[in-house]
Amino acid sequence: MYSFEPNEEQQMLIDAMGKYAVNDLRPAAHDAEESRELPKKLIGKGWELGLLQASTPEAYGGFGDRSAVTGALAIEEMAFGDLAGALAVMTPSLFATPILLAGTEAQKQEYLPKIVGGNWSPYTAALIEFNFDFDPNALKTSAKLSDGTYVLNGEKAFVPFAKDAEAIIVYADLDGVTQGFIVPKNSAGLTISAEREKLMGLNALPMYRVKLEDVRLPAENRLGGEAGHDFELILASMRVASASAAVGVAKASFEYAKQYAKERDAFGVKIAQKQAIAFMLAEMITEIESMRLMVWEAAWKLDNGKDDSAIAAYLANTGAADMAMMVTDRGVQILGGHGYIREHPVEMFLRNGRGFAMLVGLAIV
Amino acid sequence: MSIEFENPKPIVQMQTMLQSVAENMMRPASREFDECEHSIPWDYVEFMHTAMKAVGGGGGLAPVDDRTNVSTDVKRPPIGYQKLAAQIEMLAWGDVGFYLITPGGGLGAAAVQAAGSPEQKAKFLARFNEDKPTYAAMCMTEAGAGSDTSAIRTRAVLDESTKEWIINGEKIFVTGGDKSFTEYEKLGKGFIVVWASIDPTAGRSGMRAFVVESGTKGVSIVKLEHKLGIRASDTAVISLVDARVPYDNVLGSPTVETNTKGFKGAMATFDATRPLVAASGIGVARAALEFLKEKLKENGVEIRYGLPRNKLTSVERDVIDMDIQLRSAWLMVLKAVWMADNKKPNALESSMSKVRAGDIVTRITQKAVEIMGPLGYSREFLLEKWFRDAKITDIYEGTGQINRLVVARQILGYTGAELR
Ligand SMILES: Cc1cc2nc3c(=O)[nH]c(=O)nc-3n(C[C@H](O)[C@H](O)[C@H](O)COP(=O)(O)OP(=O)(O)OC[C@H]3O[C@@H](n4cnc5c(N)ncnc54)[C@H](O)[C@@H]3O)c2cc1C
Repeated sequence: MYSFEPNEEQQMLIDAMGKYAVNDLRPAAHDAEESRELPKKLIGKGWELGLLQASTPEAYGGFGDRSAVTGALAIEEMAFGDLAGALAVMTPSLFATPILLAGTEAQKQEYLPKIVGGNWSPYTAALIEFNFDFDPNALKTSAKLSDGTYVLNGEKAFVPFAKDAEAIIVYADLDGVTQGFIVPKNSAGLTISAEREKLMGLNALPMYRVKLEDVRLPAENRLGGEAGHDFELILASMRVASASAAVGVAKASFEYAKQYAKERDAFGVKIAQKQAIAFMLAEMITEIESMRLMVWEAAWKLDNGKDDSAIAAYLANTGAADMAMMVTDRGVQILGGHGYIREHPVEMFLRNGRGFAMLVGLAIV
Repeated sequence: MSIEFENPKPIVQMQTMLQSVAENMMRPASREFDECEHSIPWDYVEFMHTAMKAVGGGGGLAPVDDRTNVSTDVKRPPIGYQKLAAQIEMLAWGDVGFYLITPGGGLGAAAVQAAGSPEQKAKFLARFNEDKPTYAAMCMTEAGAGSDTSAIRTRAVLDESTKEWIINGEKIFVTGGDKSFTEYEKLGKGFIVVWASIDPTAGRSGMRAFVVESGTKGVSIVKLEHKLGIRASDTAVISLVDARVPYDNVLGSPTVETNTKGFKGAMATFDATRPLVAASGIGVARAALEFLKEKLKENGVEIRYGLPRNKLTSVERDVIDMDIQLRSAWLMVLKAVWMADNKKPNALESSMSKVRAGDIVTRITQKAVEIMGPLGYSREFLLEKWFRDAKITDIYEGTGQINRLVVARQILGYTGAELR
């Protein structure tokens, strides 16, 4: 069957996330971006809504099963409030979800109860590298097996909360395939940059460079243990997350511009009464809606183990990134000169909107 | 409720069957009927009529509820519109011109469905299940009234002495007008639904639709248009001079009230049919995209899905974009028809699906011709035909602009007067 309506449980989560996004994340977004700081309490409140907890089975301290569809719905809601805030709330998932998806029993036992049972705590992951041709499937950071230990070398970029992280999943190239490795804090050879990353957007989210120089890890720190894991599944889950965040940011820009267009006067009418503006808005909502459905379908395919779920996630992510660019650009255009001023959020949405094309790896469903 | 994307089994089965019709009956004849405009592919017409009668579908644009017992079989949600959309998409994948001449009530019957009384439905719709293939058409557009349907000049006046409506006017661009009105030996008796005003001072509330039976005196086919594409489908100009129609053939109330119910009847038709038009365009675009991929593969060009954008070739980027456009447009159609099946108001989703499809089917077919170079431009292949066929998607049943207006009014909460 086809069906396009969240179930009751999902709807409750959406409602709760939506409230948090509108009442907490959005009002804090502007100052957080300017001061480069997210209030701890704000993150804590989002964490308590329990998306990760609800995605973790009871055996590991949670109270539910992971669903990529549910994750996508929740991320869209939160990203509608504020992208940086949403990513901060979900940072521990970057560590926990891959373990849930691909970890050994021992890895699950060791980390999951700790993470989901407590307050928000900085567990994170490092995928992105600082190259124009960065490709998650062809990493420059390498892992080599020598005498039963893995030796990691390379440099990672844009790693959220790396400075305080208890442990980081570092993705590295092992004989031509990407594999995750659990790197605990204070590992010898691990250096976190003193300076935070400075990016076009996402300034409220603390991100760091992470350098690995002959970091030696016991074999059991490889995600999935000796047999390793299927990186495709993790990458697809990251792509779906990124795509749903793109939908949320685009919707934020659309809604703001729509409201503004209904209030702003020009030439004796509201600007929304001009087709040039109204048609832009019609196209924006059409594209948002079409990409939301792409994201939902990709998530559903992941949940149901469909053969083409990786391609579906790739297409959803590619399409949603383009869509977010188009929509957030128009969001600024509809506000005209006022859209260019940082008092209105649309310029920040535009800066955030551009990020989706290159920032896969900052969220996971 | 839930979020699910599993194509229901009955639809998969139907698609498999229709794909073989498309491959064996439509594609081999596509070129011939593109070049001999206005000739009728009788093999296809008769085969489809028999086939659809066998499965109990009247072959119109109205969904068939195929749950064995609608009242007790509540566990299976209705999928009539979803099935119809999938059916149309597959037939259009075969040949959209042929699809448009699939026997059945088409837009004419859809208008009766949307605005007719139960008696009228029984009287006018039964014919589509009889022995001969039968057609109906919808006549709204006039030379001076296209997008602005309220500007129609065709008049209907009640002759109190005979209780007949007398209709005068000229309609253009009537899809299937010839097969619906002209009496062919191989066809059953069809009808056209003519929109006319019963009170020109009343604007939209004075507009009514009238069922005009084939062969009605005073009605004539003036000409058949020569078109860019969809040439297997006839597009007629129909003139009505003192055409007399029985009193009971008016759909909706025969008197003018201060509401716009008559006009809303037409609009209700469009809510239901816009995603179906979108589906037909998507079928054409899928044909073009599949052809393109096949030819690229033959020539050793592989599409490397999964690579970052900046590592892809331009052709790979184009094909991946086309994949995204095609799938997302299809999902919009599915959502709109799923809403129709579940009796959720879907005016917004219907128009969005048409906006999206109108955009992407033209883009995909145009891009595919470009990528194929001389092969794309040559009439040796069907790609250039699909390019011509696809364009109509963005024009009929509300141009891309008109559907943008509908979407914009809905999201902004504006009336037609507030956003023209
Ligand atoms: C092959 C074919 C089959 C058809 N079949 C049928 C049929 O079966 N029955 C039937 O009744 N009609 C049919 N039509 C008619 C079709 O629906 C109309 O052609 C269409 O609605 C546009 O009307 P028009 O051609 O008069 O263009 P116009 O209304 O003159 O439009 C010209 C341009 O102006 C734009 N425009 C118009 N109004 C606005 C506005 N308010 N804001 C912004 N832009 C605007 C349009 O989008 C278009 O780009 C058919 C047409 C074709 C070509």
